[in-house]
Amino acid sequence: MNRDLAPANYLSEGAWPRAWLLTTDHKRVAWLYLVSLTAFFFLGGAFAVLMRIELATPAGDLVSDDVYNRLFSLHGIIMVWFFLVPSIPATLGNFLLPLMIGARDLAFPRLNLASWYVFMFGSLFALASVLLGGVDTGWTFYTPLSTLYANGFVSTAAFGVFIVGFSTIMTGINFIVTVHTLRAPGLTWFRLPIFVWTLYATSLVMVLATPVLAASLILIVLERVFGIGIFNPDLGGDPLLFQHLFWFYSHPAVYIMILPGMGVVSEVLPCFSRRPLFGYKAVALASMAIAVFGFLVWGHHMFVSGQSAYAGVVFSFLSFCVAIPSAIKVFNWSLTLRKGEISFETPMLYALFFLALFTFGGLAGLFLAALAVDVHVHDTYFVVAHFHYIMVGGMVTAYMAGLHFWWPKLTGRMYSEIWGRIAAAVTFIGFNLTFFPQYVLGFLGMPRRYHTYPPEFAFWHILSSAGAVVLAIGYLMPLLYLAWSLFRGARAPDNPWQATGLEWQTSSPPPAHNFDRMPTVTRPAYDYPMKGLTEKRSDPVEDLV
Amino acid sequence: MSFGIRFFPPEASSIASSIDALFYTLLAFAAALGLFLTVLVVGYAVKYRVGSAADRTGARARSLPLEMTWSIASLVMAFIFFGWGAVLFVRRDHPPPDAIEIAGLGKQWMWEFRHSGGQREINELHVPVGKAVVVSLASQDVIHSFYVPAFRVKQDAVPGRTTNVWFIATEPGRYHLFCAEYCGTQHSEMGGWVTVLAPEQYASWLGSQDEGESLAASGGKLFRALGCSGCHGNSSKVRAPGLDGIFGRPVALANRQTVIADERYLRDSILVPNKEIAAGYQPVMPSFDGLVDEAELQMLMAYLKSLSFQFPSFPAANSEAPQ
Repeated sequence: MNRDLAPANYLSEGAWPRAWLLTTDHKRVAWLYLVSLTAFFFLGGAFAVLMRIELATPAGDLVSDDVYNRLFSLHGIIMVWFFLVPSIPATLGNFLLPLMIGARDLAFPRLNLASWYVFMFGSLFALASVLLGGVDTGWTFYTPLSTLYANGFVSTAAFGVFIVGFSTIMTGINFIVTVHTLRAPGLTWFRLPIFVWTLYATSLVMVLATPVLAASLILIVLERVFGIGIFNPDLGGDPLLFQHLFWFYSHPAVYIMILPGMGVVSEVLPCFSRRPLFGYKAVALASMAIAVFGFLVWGHHMFVSGQSAYAGVVFSFLSFCVAIPSAIKVFNWSLTLRKGEISFETPMLYALFFLALFTFGGLAGLFLAALAVDVHVHDTYFVVAHFHYIMVGGMVTAYMAGLHFWWPKLTGRMYSEIWGRIAAAVTFIGFNLTFFPQYVLGFLGMPRRYHTYPPEFAFWHILSSAGAVVLAIGYLMPLLYLAWSLFRGARAPDNPWQATGLEWQTSSPPPAHNFDRMPTVTRPAYDYPMKGLTEKRSDPVEDLV
Repeated sequence: MSFGIRFFPPEASSIASSIDALFYTLLAFAAALGLFLTVLVVGYAVKYRVGSAADRTGARARSLPLEMTWSIASLVMAFIFFGWGAVLFVRRDHPPPDAIEIAGLGKQWMWEFRHSGGQREINELHVPVGKAVVVSLASQDVIHSFYVPAFRVKQDAVPGRTTNVWFIATEPGRYHLFCAEYCGTQHSEMGGWVTVLAPEQYASWLGSQDEGESLAASGGKLFRALGCSGCHGNSSKVRAPGLDGIFGRPVALANRQTVIADERYLRDSILVPNKEIAAGYQPVMPSFDGLVDEAELQMLMAYLKSLSFQFPSFPAANSEAPQ
């Protein structure tokens, strides 16, 4: 890296590999995660592209059914546990949390490094299961298929996910303790940036939900390897018990994945609107409400599973309730733009695309929460489209927004703005072309996880496959121009976007100890100077009733 | 016309149009709200772009009345859609009493259906138009899901339990039958067609099939072959509960609870007999787990249900019980 003009910073000290692989600097651990997660993202993405090519024709002509089943299983397992769950928290969160609260590091720097090694150890098992021949259970590991009938390397993959869970718990504990104990003087809870609030809410869910996933995966391995009857009815078990345990983790996990994305967007929209976030306190509390209500809705994955109709009614009601905090956030983000001075740099484009895609994914959630409609569209492409709008259209788009927003801080370099805008637009078009047709397919009755399909669905599948190619290009472009900027990008100023937030008060890239002088906070978050402000800018701390 | 591009699935059952009404209402709501937000955000983005001359006085960072308004409005809309969806959903639990019963068995990777007259079909299901049909579902191996998009019905077939799905087909024709729950290698091949026939065609179809004996009669034979009749027969020496009219009847248990003798109870009583002991009887019945497969359980179930309608005399089958 060309460091001719840069002052001493966290990137310049020590030599590869020791100074990186044994680092306890949260900023370097963030890079370790960033590199590993990027590799997993493109591996999981490659599986998806192969699937979409197969689905371009109704017949199974590219790969066999067993290979196809392994492609979607590994795509799901890798994308959920080896990319989405750690994505924003372990990379941007790791890098930014101490900087945003004015701390020198996380509360437990060595635990932070250990979490990456645990993650890599777990990922070895996942990669081993890929190389040995794959898994064909779907990412959901439903029993008794996974325990008795599947012939792939189920135990290896499940064990990998089990291990990675510990890395998630370590990160969660570290973040919770850090937010509680290391905030700078004057940085009260209601002065925290929303990104910190969402990392906190996510960490709570990580710590409380992940052990349940660990328990259910261990039970799978026990039944599969030792024949202990837990889920298999022939041994006195109950297959639905697994679904209850699995979704008790995996529905909250959906919020692990989306909450940090909401946090990123809550930073980017005010910055490029030159406005405070509208309804700051409502957005902060809505994040906590999502984390709490997220634990009470798991049964909406089981409306047609044989679960009692009355359980279905209760879970439907609670699922509608969890939609409300998300709706509140969408309104607040939209109103943030009002009377601002809006500019459209790359992070802002991604944030606006997040707003659109998250909204259209969330509205589809209403269809799925409505019981009678869910009976028809459950386990069809409608569900696939819904969660890809939230997870990819929402979370990955927010991740791209955050990566571009903080890239100058991470690297001390600017990327090509024009290429950034083009990539954002290509991603948006490719995404909608890929996944909007899947809503139609689902309504038509096309079941998910099908290797072949009746020819009448072909039109929408072809559109979707074409979109996947465009989407893949949209994701490959940043890989190239961001890598290029590392070596050739212009030097970044300390605060290229004139953003508020403590992370912008230190140099780009920051020194190893983050701040030369520890900051003191006297103002609320998003303290952007507004033209024509009629009210006195209230500090939420003062008007806590 | 539509150039072969489909936008809507066919509506071919009595509930399809009411479910589509909710679907299209949700679609209209989503489109309206989505359009409103799009116009709002794009409008702001254009009007308040940097350097524009728009008036920015009166900017606010919070507004309690506005925030309360959209929170309560969201809540009201959520409750409306919840209630609507739930009312349509609970009908699933209440099939019409005069429904035709068909036993459906999922196994890797086919659907097997047996009609009450003994007619058997694989990956094909023939039903009459305008008549309620209950398919009682079981699985031989993993979880499958019975899905007929044109009927808007779906129900998982779960190993170890019986589930039911019912529908009234309204349009003669052939409709896709899918397995909607991923079930292993040939999941996408597991399916076929539901053929809806006019009543007279259905009658002639039933007649043209190689019917064999009725499902209940096969169950009766099995009842004797497995030795059930030795204890449960009327004149049996071993004291065991009589099964006359058992289905749907309340049963007093030794633990002072009372259960309805539904499919779940009868199934458990065959496979796990010590789980719920009928009051006044010794727990001496052995488990038949592993001795009967799912298809045989469905025959036994059909036989036990048939006993309900022949009260008070036992069917001929039982007169042969050992004395």
